[in-house]
Amino acid sequence: MYEHPLAKYFRKGVRQPFCSGCGNGIIAQCILRAIDELKIDIRKIVFVCGIGCSGWISTFFNADTLHTTHGRPLAFATGVKLSNPELKVIVLTGDGDGAAIGGNHLIHAARRNIEVLTILVNNRIYGMTGGQVAPTTPHGMRTTTTPYENIEYPFDLCKLVEAAGASYVARWTTFHVKQLISSIKKGLLKEGFSFIEVVSQCPIQYGKYIDIREPAKLLLMLKDLSITKDKVKLLNEKEIKEKIIIGEFVDKEVIGFSKAYKQLIIKARGKIE
Amino acid sequence: MNEINEIIKPGNYLMMGNEACALGAIISGCRFFAFYPITPANEIAEYMSIYLPKVGGIYIQMEDEISSIASVIGASWSGLKAMTATSGPGFTLMQENIGHAIMTETPCVIVDVQRCGPSTGTPALPMQGDVYQARHGSHGEYEIIALAPSSVKDTFLLTIEAFNLSEKYRVPVIILSDALIGHMMENIEIPNISSIKIVNRKKPLKSDVSQFFLSEDVAPMPTLGSGYSVHITGSTHDEKGIRNVYDPTYVNNLIHKIYAKIHKNIDDIVKIETRYLDDSKVLIFSYGSVARSALHVVKWARRIGLKVGYVRLITLWPFHDKLISNIINKTEKIIVLENNMGQIINEVKRVSQKDTEVKFLPPKILGTIHDPLYIMENLRKFMGE
Repeated sequence: MYEHPLAKYFRKGVRQPFCSGCGNGIIAQCILRAIDELKIDIRKIVFVCGIGCSGWISTFFNADTLHTTHGRPLAFATGVKLSNPELKVIVLTGDGDGAAIGGNHLIHAARRNIEVLTILVNNRIYGMTGGQVAPTTPHGMRTTTTPYENIEYPFDLCKLVEAAGASYVARWTTFHVKQLISSIKKGLLKEGFSFIEVVSQCPIQYGKYIDIREPAKLLLMLKDLSITKDKVKLLNEKEIKEKIIIGEFVDKEVIGFSKAYKQLIIKARGKIE
Repeated sequence: MNEINEIIKPGNYLMMGNEACALGAIISGCRFFAFYPITPANEIAEYMSIYLPKVGGIYIQMEDEISSIASVIGASWSGLKAMTATSGPGFTLMQENIGHAIMTETPCVIVDVQRCGPSTGTPALPMQGDVYQARHGSHGEYEIIALAPSSVKDTFLLTIEAFNLSEKYRVPVIILSDALIGHMMENIEIPNISSIKIVNRKKPLKSDVSQFFLSEDVAPMPTLGSGYSVHITGSTHDEKGIRNVYDPTYVNNLIHKIYAKIHKNIDDIVKIETRYLDDSKVLIFSYGSVARSALHVVKWARRIGLKVGYVRLITLWPFHDKLISNIINKTEKIIVLENNMGQIINEVKRVSQKDTEVKFLPPKILGTIHDPLYIMENLRKFMGE
């Protein structure tokens, strides 16, 4: 019988909960492959996830998972990491979870540079609740709650997190699995706030509005929409807005929050001795 | 323990309620405190930010009260005893994740130094407006523990008690202080640290089955990263933590278990202070800062020959129906004093007999302490004198 090469990481008796063709399966595999390639003990990793489809990615991993409230996984993760800096912490969040309701926690986690790897799955829509507009939905698009058109503009989350002070920032799509695995590996080893935005396909809720329901076609669409950051200068502003800019945007070494806190403890104790 | 001696030594001190709270937390073993600035709770955070690094603990100022309680829950699962403090507006923001702590059976302590609401209200004046919010503030059905200190010493002791109960029953415990208790300076005797009883949570042994939730006898709590691959979720789950949001028997089981965990142990949890009950014709029923005026009036009444008894709830929630009913139903008349428009009085009426007369008495001006003269006037009228 064929066994999945990553089966050793699966929780027994729990099935993956996603719709057929969802990008979350690809992202789950990329995470497990990165862990496998780095030979990190998954029992020393804590997955902290929010509410939304992305929050279910780690439910079938045989690892510690803290499934939190909507938008708050980074705040929970801050407590987890500070209280035991030996743990590796991966936050799984979505565009609704991380950019709308949890947007404030995102910028403050980046500003503190807490040593957490955040993987934000951006399917550009509220999938679980039925296809409502998100802060990442393209301008002009119809959704369940923008029946005429979306008059708002989407967030550039990588720019936001970069400005807030993250140590590592990258964006890929579910088409770019090799690059994504490589970024996850970098993020796992980074001693600072790492942020990877993964633009993902949602054949059910997003697909119905653009009338492309085949997952493979959606992946090819993501591929065609993507341009690397060095090619951006060849395009005008209007053309850029329609594209997904992929690549690594930040990769720097700045002291992480839990390490800085350790130094503070030494300083505070020095005063009393 | 030696580290704590660097912070405080046994002896008599003049201290603010909020400082006593911080000291009680440190002595309880609290090593994580998250906070967002708010009046009248700020001094708790200021003292915690001084003490915690000295004992190797973590103080963090978060971006709001939502994230403060969230990080506290995360810290608790990482194995630390954790606390946050706030006041009305922040307490409202925390309700979302208090529900998460209930659902995931996470030990933690939340201090609400109550002020006048609704909304921004009057920040530096005391009121007891959050009694129901403590009980039912988060959505859904649950049971919680809430304690109400009446003095600086009480704040110190009840903070320790709050940690002990939260560790023992894996439940968030709320301390309902107020602006009066929090900001008041009073004498307090700090005892020898070694004489204080400290309870720590039950952890699983390697040989245990993977049952970390929903036991009426309180399931053992694994620490993140210790190899149990625990699945912790705010969604409806089974004893192993695995979600089931389809079958109603799961939510039925969950709610009954988190209720039973508290109610089976209600005699251990609930504390009530009573005085002069034997021959009393009228009871003065109170809690928190209001109990100070209540006790003053009861003693005064006794001196002038009025048969008045004193009941002070130390534990507001769970409300011990049977015990309180037994205490109050020996008397025909009860005056309930609260610094609000009447919250706990509804519970008192619920457990009182039909022919018991229950009178409500807020202070003459809400947001101020009950004037003993004003209580005495009303007491005399109520007694038909």
